[in-house]
Amino acid sequence: MKTAGNRSIHEEVRERRSRIADMKKKTEMTVLDSRMLAPEIWSMELAYTPEDAPDDVKPGQFCGLYPQGGDMLLMRPISICGWNPARRALRFVYRVAGRGTRSFTTLRQGDRLQMLGILGNGYDMDLLAGRHVLLLGGGIGIPPMLGLAQALRSAAERGADTKVTAVLGYRDRALFLKEEMEACADAVCVATEDGSIGTKGNVLDAVREQGIRADVICACGPLPMLRAVKQYADREKIPAFLSLEERMACGVGVCLGCVAKTTKKDEHSQVNNARVCVEGPVFAAEDVEL
Amino acid sequence: MSKPDMSVTIAGVTFKNPVLTASGTFGSGMEYAEFIDLSLLGGVVTKGVSNVPWPGNPAPRVAEVSAGMLNAIGLQNPGIDVFIERDLAFLKNIDTKVIVNVCGKSVEEYLEVVRRLQTEAVDMLEINVSCPNVKEGAIAFGQNPDALYDITEKIKKEAAQPVIMKLTPNVTDIAEMARAAEAGGADAVSLINTITGAKIDIERRQFVLANKTGGLSGPAVKPVAVRMVWQAAQAVSIPVIGMGGIATAEDAIEFMMAGASAVAVGAMNFHDPYTTVRVVRGMEEWCSSHGVEDVSSLTGIVK
Repeated sequence: MKTAGNRSIHEEVRERRSRIADMKKKTEMTVLDSRMLAPEIWSMELAYTPEDAPDDVKPGQFCGLYPQGGDMLLMRPISICGWNPARRALRFVYRVAGRGTRSFTTLRQGDRLQMLGILGNGYDMDLLAGRHVLLLGGGIGIPPMLGLAQALRSAAERGADTKVTAVLGYRDRALFLKEEMEACADAVCVATEDGSIGTKGNVLDAVREQGIRADVICACGPLPMLRAVKQYADREKIPAFLSLEERMACGVGVCLGCVAKTTKKDEHSQVNNARVCVEGPVFAAEDVEL
Repeated sequence: MSKPDMSVTIAGVTFKNPVLTASGTFGSGMEYAEFIDLSLLGGVVTKGVSNVPWPGNPAPRVAEVSAGMLNAIGLQNPGIDVFIERDLAFLKNIDTKVIVNVCGKSVEEYLEVVRRLQTEAVDMLEINVSCPNVKEGAIAFGQNPDALYDITEKIKKEAAQPVIMKLTPNVTDIAEMARAAEAGGADAVSLINTITGAKIDIERRQFVLANKTGGLSGPAVKPVAVRMVWQAAQAVSIPVIGMGGIATAEDAIEFMMAGASAVAVGAMNFHDPYTTVRVVRGMEEWCSSHGVEDVSSLTGIVK
């Protein structure tokens, strides 16, 4: 049995330290911008103070945003949609799903917000750079795919021969982030459930209709979509990375609230229940049972 | 005025201050060591550990409610082998007291863990007979005074460290349970564990938690916890460790006055990883500003 105990504690601590690079903290952020993109879909940009700004942010990582209002205790895990080092600003695009996320929509430029971050593992950019990457974003799974597309664009500009095809799935004609995706991806396709724009159906229907074939898939979206992507990737023998969502309390690996069923022994408890907040939210499709 | 004496002694173990972590809300401290200096705490109480790895319950395991949360983790843990090799090895290098929370499905499973810890660098044991989220063991031992007396007595025979019995609030008479633990030989009792609750998603017409019910914690439970700590402290002469929704130093002082010799911060760690340290500092400031020279003098002053 491979146990974490086989490594020395110093190795583990060093690994943890390098992995988080002193980036996990609870900080007060300043709202630079907050606006509605589509019904119940909002975009918010939050700036760090110079002292608190992280050195680096990886696509696929997330932050915990604390609701406004005294009786709501837990942060809301929201994936990072973009990172602007010059402005020290993180962008979040979120869906209003309840009272907590609703409270974010009341924020205006200059308001303050408590945030826990930077959390989670993010995508392995070294592995993706230089390949044809297919990004599949379903609904509120689109924002992290945009952040990933922008980072891959930067990698391509630095010389890696990277190609990005993005397929975006929406419920209806209320699209969001499509133009921004077109600005950084080589090709963008749209699928809508009601068929009002693009392919009628889901993102995989669009992939089949367009005959898209890539080296690697990155996907974020509702669970039924991720299940279908996992099956598709397995059948087509294409490596796929899925960004999972689960209800969280601590966001840092303590509470064991946000577990995903894994095919391998997980790092913490070795019971095939990995913590989405620490070992994820990005998992290789073959490593998780959905 | 000189600095107040913040140390407290429970069953012969002296803590630098009365602030501990509530089991299950702090792991073994590794994760929160990225936020705070663990040596500032009176002690770290670990997440429950069993004889073999436990997978826990299906997700969703957590839900938010007004001023609190529900959880039904189901005591997922790596088992005693990994716990000793990894978690205790980590805690050994921290200048704070270590209390290991022990769980099991049968008396023999508890005893197996207690025996494995006999020679380890552990200051106290906390026996979890109060988790509402696992089907066998745990709470079954904590809701019947005879069963509680029996398991306490058996654990005391094997334990090398002082034993704290962690009590559940899901009983009719907490005083009776505290007395049963004391009669069985417990060195201290800690309370409260979570209060069983449930939340329904009315749009989906189903429970939010996969386990249907879960344990309520956070500031919502504090008045219940203060009442029970007071009742338990009145009923027994062994020390009581109080917890339930502590968010501030003032909350901690309230528990001390109700009869607690030490306190633990639980769900509020999730709201703010710096909560424990803020409570430690705030208690010291409160004692200074109120002319309290010895924090332990506050224990049980409200009858």
